Amino acid sequence: MRKTIDEINEKIRNGSARVVTAEEMPDIVAELGEEKALREVDVVTTGTFGAMCSSGAFFNFGHADPPIRMEKSWLNDVEAYAGLAAVDAYLGATQVSETQGTKYGGAHVLEDLVAGKSVELRGSSKGTDCYPRKTITTEITLEDINEAIMCNPRNAFQKYAAATNTGDRTLRTYMGTLLPLNGNVSYSGAGVLSPIMNDPKLEKIGSGVPVFLCGAEGMVIGQGTQSSPASQFGNLMTTGNLKEMSQDYLRAATFNGYGVSLYVGLGVPIPVTDIETVRNTAVRDEDIVTQIEDYGYSGRDKPAVREVTYAELKSGRVEINGEEIRTSSLSSFRKAREIASELASWVESGRMEMTLPTRKTDIARRAGPMKESRRSPVVKEIMKRNITCISETEEIKTAAQKLMKGETNHLPVINSEGKLVGIVTTYDISKAVVKLRTENTVSSIMSKKVVTTSPGEAVDIAAMKLEKHNISALPVIDSEGKLIGLLSALDLGKLFGKRWL
Amino acid sequence: MKLLVSFSKKKGSEPLIAKIVRDTGVLINVNRAYIESMSGEMLIEVPDSDSKTVCEKLISSGANVEKLEDYVFRDEDECIDCGACISICPQEVFYFDEDWHLQMNEEKCVLCGKCTEACPHGALSIYD
Repeated sequence: MRKTIDEINEKIRNGSARVVTAEEMPDIVAELGEEKALREVDVVTTGTFGAMCSSGAFFNFGHADPPIRMEKSWLNDVEAYAGLAAVDAYLGATQVSETQGTKYGGAHVLEDLVAGKSVELRGSSKGTDCYPRKTITTEITLEDINEAIMCNPRNAFQKYAAATNTGDRTLRTYMGTLLPLNGNVSYSGAGVLSPIMNDPKLEKIGSGVPVFLCGAEGMVIGQGTQSSPASQFGNLMTTGNLKEMSQDYLRAATFNGYGVSLYVGLGVPIPVTDIETVRNTAVRDEDIVTQIEDYGYSGRDKPAVREVTYAELKSGRVEINGEEIRTSSLSSFRKAREIASELASWVESGRMEMTLPTRKTDIARRAGPMKESRRSPVVKEIMKRNITCISETEEIKTAAQKLMKGETNHLPVINSEGKLVGIVTTYDISKAVVKLRTENTVSSIMSKKVVTTSPGEAVDIAAMKLEKHNISALPVIDSEGKLIGLLSALDLGKLFGKRWL
Repeated sequence: MKLLVSFSKKKGSEPLIAKIVRDTGVLINVNRAYIESMSGEMLIEVPDSDSKTVCEKLISSGANVEKLEDYVFRDEDECIDCGACISICPQEVFYFDEDWHLQMNEEKCVLCGKCTEACPHGALSIYD
């Protein structure tokens, strides 16, 4: 059996359509069976409410008199890209205020506008014969301007990798605060209610399909940027009228130590036309598998700590290496539910009818990495190889002599196998002299907690380690923990000459 | 019950809490202690039935005592029930109810302030 979109729309129009949320669907299918569920259910609604950094809006402010062609523009001191004709601009959600920093950004401007608040528009230009004006400052509200059209390059990821941190310091990321030594796990996404998770082949969700976007009736433009449906990381480019949006479903956020983001409420209705759709919308949290990735690794391809289902993540605790770790969601499941049921009421009441995508989606698409034509330098290219080190069993006096002789202020300490076990600085020696001590070996005074780098690590990451830990050198160790060099702030300085940084 | 005890520099050098535990036999749980150069402040937890005795002892030893009632405040207009705070809180103050509404076990709070930093929506503040 199949149902056509027209049949479903006819039912929506006469008020007899059965609309359920994607959370209710699995039980309905389990109870009725697929065939009966297909006959019974006409539309399944989805919903998600989470941080979607890749969001923003196009504005047209109308012309001033005398007119200006804005080359640069700001809304409440947040720069909006104005390289689009004369009085148009695109404000990105993550752009931060030039005066308030990460406390206020593009997302906050959008929320303020939606809340009906007045916002200061500033523009500047060099002035032309047709647009003589050079500056403008004016207070505007959403009502005062011609258009405010939300256009989000990348929303509603099918699912998202969860995050943990195996490192030894707290990380502040777009996945929230990650406590050291796997102190917590954070995740994002609505799981069972996730739009694309309920239509992974993007047969019902695509160009032209109507959606709930922050309380307004919006539309899917197509797959979003960086969409990767082949690896189950599909996403959507969406648009909707900012003037019709509600603060209930659009919220600015600041991730401490990271930056600004926008919480976007998005729901997509899925017309149930065939058995395949019934099967897809019967997906449960237990079936949705993602990875927990280690954000302690600063490179692009973060190692996976383990696989996990959304059911486990939502349970509040997951196990990592035999330990129970608490989880935090960054998206709101309560809001996702609210959106799915609000959207269901829109369809039931006939406010929104169903449309199939106006063009086919390429589900073989897979997002690739950036092509880097200039290789970024790695530690081994600039580290010092010929370094002075000391064995842990040597006397403190020997360490002092080595430090006096050498050019360095850092003396890595190795064991009999050549593995790094500590580091001694002139400060450690001075401390040893001041304090009365019974032991006289290097191992008794060395710092055992050493921040290290590896030969293949990007110099930028090593530089960040120096900065974060407020230190001036990093021992370089190979995969077996053997000492092979030292990277100091001085070595980094050499890069400036070559214009690397 | 939680009590916020503040004392002058001089008192800070005395084993104030230890003395009270010895004299009263009440088991006092110290949640937090901050010692500044001129004064100190301590957050302690005592059984409700013994709070009067402990308060009297503290006051007679020259400390100021305040009963703590508002620990952590949640602005419900700002909170969107995401749960970012849940795994950050060392005391497990926050949890979801069956409807995914964020709930708080306020009395567990030790005023560390980690949740206020972790909340993306600036919805949490602690007793100041």
